[in-house]
Amino acid sequence: MEMAGAHVPRHGMRIAVIWAILTAVSVPLIVFVLGPHVPPGRMSSEAIAQKDANVVLTAIMAPILLLIWVFFAYSLIVFRQRGDVIEDGPPLKGHAPTQTLWVVATTVIVLALAIWGSYALLVSDHGAGGGQGPDPVALPKGHENALPIQVIGQQWDWTFRYPTYGDFESTDVVLPDHVLVVFHVTSLDVTHSFWAYELGVKADAVPGVDNIAYVTPRRVGTFEVRCSELCGLWHGHMAKKGRVVSSADFQTWVTQEQKAEAPSSKVLPPFNRAYFPDPLRRAG
Amino acid sequence: MSTGVPGRPSVWRGLIGFNLLTALVLGAGGWFLGTWIGDRIAVGNDYLLGTDQNDVAIFLGYFFAVLGWLIGLGFLNYPLSRLAGHPASLRQHESGGWGRYFRACTDHKVVGIQYFFGVGLFFFIGGLNAMLMRTQLLRPVEHAWPAGQYLTLVSLHGTMMIMMTSALIVGPFGNYLVPLMIGARRMAFPRVEALTFWLTPAAGLVLMSAVFFGGIPTGWTGYAPLANQARGGMDAYIFAFILVAISLTLIGINLLATILTMRAPGLTWSRLPIFVWGILSTSVLMALSAPVLIAAMLMEMMDRTANTSFYLASAGGSPYLYENLFWFFGHPEVYILALPGFGIVLEMLPVFTRKPLWGYKLAVAGMLGVTLLSFMVWQHHLFVSGMNASLRPFYMLTTELISIPTGFIFLIAMGTLWRARIRFTVPMLFALAFFFNFLIGGLSGVFLSDVPSDVSTHGSYFVMAHFHYTIMGGLVFAFFGGVYYWLPKMMGVTLNETMAKIHFWMMFVFFNLTFFPLFILGLLDMPRRVSTYAPHLQALNDFVSVSAFLLGFSMLVFIANLVYSLVIARIPAAENPWQSRSLEWQLPTPVPVENFERTPVITSGPYEYGVPGAPSVVDLTPGAVAPAGS
Repeated sequence: MEMAGAHVPRHGMRIAVIWAILTAVSVPLIVFVLGPHVPPGRMSSEAIAQKDANVVLTAIMAPILLLIWVFFAYSLIVFRQRGDVIEDGPPLKGHAPTQTLWVVATTVIVLALAIWGSYALLVSDHGAGGGQGPDPVALPKGHENALPIQVIGQQWDWTFRYPTYGDFESTDVVLPDHVLVVFHVTSLDVTHSFWAYELGVKADAVPGVDNIAYVTPRRVGTFEVRCSELCGLWHGHMAKKGRVVSSADFQTWVTQEQKAEAPSSKVLPPFNRAYFPDPLRRAG
Repeated sequence: MSTGVPGRPSVWRGLIGFNLLTALVLGAGGWFLGTWIGDRIAVGNDYLLGTDQNDVAIFLGYFFAVLGWLIGLGFLNYPLSRLAGHPASLRQHESGGWGRYFRACTDHKVVGIQYFFGVGLFFFIGGLNAMLMRTQLLRPVEHAWPAGQYLTLVSLHGTMMIMMTSALIVGPFGNYLVPLMIGARRMAFPRVEALTFWLTPAAGLVLMSAVFFGGIPTGWTGYAPLANQARGGMDAYIFAFILVAISLTLIGINLLATILTMRAPGLTWSRLPIFVWGILSTSVLMALSAPVLIAAMLMEMMDRTANTSFYLASAGGSPYLYENLFWFFGHPEVYILALPGFGIVLEMLPVFTRKPLWGYKLAVAGMLGVTLLSFMVWQHHLFVSGMNASLRPFYMLTTELISIPTGFIFLIAMGTLWRARIRFTVPMLFALAFFFNFLIGGLSGVFLSDVPSDVSTHGSYFVMAHFHYTIMGGLVFAFFGGVYYWLPKMMGVTLNETMAKIHFWMMFVFFNLTFFPLFILGLLDMPRRVSTYAPHLQALNDFVSVSAFLLGFSMLVFIANLVYSLVIARIPAAENPWQSRSLEWQLPTPVPVENFERTPVITSGPYEYGVPGAPSVVDLTPGAVAPAGS
């Protein structure tokens, strides 16, 4: 990373050495010490994919950040004007090899990031928990048999419909562990965004749209549900806790809910991938 | 509105005529006329009367108010005198004195000062909104403001800041400096230039009037159908954004025409100051993206008044239409904010390193590359929206590509610092802070461009921290650098250096202490724009709030410095206090009304520091040697 080639190698070498030492210390710290604690954690395959992406990107960004910071700090200390007399520096107008190296290096990094990101998105992480719209392109293995859960956003609450269990609608979201789940996210009024934080799922709830996101939970526990798209007055209150439970517990919960929700199931509109109520209920 | 005693000149006489006071009076009259017409139209119309506020009346009120405002400022005088058969004149007659700062004035230097104070005032109001928001966030439960008022604060802060910071550098410095830097006497369209400024305070006042009609619940993005559902405050948002978009489009066209056609002889493209390159690329973005915002806003206006359904899914429209149109403007918009900042800091680096700008052509390529790519990235705001899932790799690629030309700017800075003679003046400190902050802002953007990572950070405080690092940490720091750098030329006074350094260090430290923790809050699942949050995040939020208050206090230090230096101390500035080579510093202070007595001839590049035998940058009195205006 020398900047000015042969005639003053000393500064460049010093900067390179400081940078190399800091990089050698910081990258392992990021990967091995910080890495395991990086959000959103390890609750689902998708959350792990996001966590890994966050760790890898931090590990790549750190050396770039350090290179520029070290260069700046070194220059500000060593190349500062001494005394009060204003004198001109050397009239350097550019250095073609350095410029070419920079352009090539940044292009290689960027293309590698884009290829890696696309591979992760489409192939290895099948959508990485993000909403893919009504026609998903990144399909996980066995997606035909995924357990569908419809997420319905409305001002200002989430409800969840389970179409394979008699279309009952619950205010709780419960997922069986180690089962591929497909969320069908939609809205009855304005745009919301369904964010299951520890599960690593985020999908906008758009009126008239069936926004599909896949997730495979990997461990039992609770997760936070948030709304991450401004939806009006009580946007911050669209928060609740979801649960991932064992398959047996899930069956028990479903049976209970079916019984408890039976009266409401009778009057609900038939299950649909999108609903079209009148949106012009002007907020008072 | 006293007329004074006839025959004796009175101070009150100055208040009569086409000026700000008349504009306010006619604007208020226009408002009542418009709402009266709107109420007549609504009679018998179920759609309009079915809601508790008549949106047609509000829109017509704003329309006639702005019409009255512009008539009061005298914008119809020239067209009407032409219609009456009077001859065309290049510029209208202007008197000197304080009065011209309160009128439509076609002197680009006056417009620059008007922008500085006008935009600065609204910028300060936007900042106060942020202080009020951080007060609410001191506790995780609703305590300071009701939820609706908090949302209105969020929306006013965001919208005001986006509207005003769009012109924060282009307005004061673009208008004031571009003609000086290119050796022109004026802008290409001086009356349009006056109009672009006077639309801005109109937009600010219209936006703030939203509080009288139920506030704005949508944030600065104004997503439909939430906007369709909102009360009359939304009309203020729509109308203000239309005014700003018209202003941005016009200023873009004006600056483009000026830079393309009015450069002095000898000012070749490779001698053009890098700040002018920054303004040129910004102007392209403004002229091409702002009209799309007007279209988006007009459709929203139709949905709210004429019973159309562009954005209503239940009636055949699509919320995605709005999201696409908005971000097709919205993403170039963030580069409208960034590019002038690049221009300012790269302009100052050679002066304070006493070296030529290293890699000038690469810097230009970087700016033009950003300009081109910024039109191809907008759907990265919509990665989880459920539209076009198959296009996500494309937008991931284009978004990451844009970091290549942005990276050029850092390489240029590093090359210019290399073996330099760095002077730590106040403008230089701001320029260096720009690079510190913008690097964090830019690199955090890479996380948002990568879809798997974006799924975990989209819509959270992480995004908020990211764009505050680029806009506040970038643009606003560059702006203050420009203020300390150019104000001695623009206003002829020296700013107090001790207060300036206090301002800088407070702003730099508390900016970082305010916004860096927001990255962590975002990763810890705090969504944007919430007035209540999970209790375990309170400690971090309190830390942020206190830092934010101190950041706000640093702005008061700046204002105190401005008042002290401009009003009390009034120490005259040296003609060229920074020993800069640039053209604008070769002119006398104050700069004469027509800038140049004769058309100057540019004889050298502006950054030839230390180049043996480099001639002065300009020949201000070319005399018989070079024919003027050739």
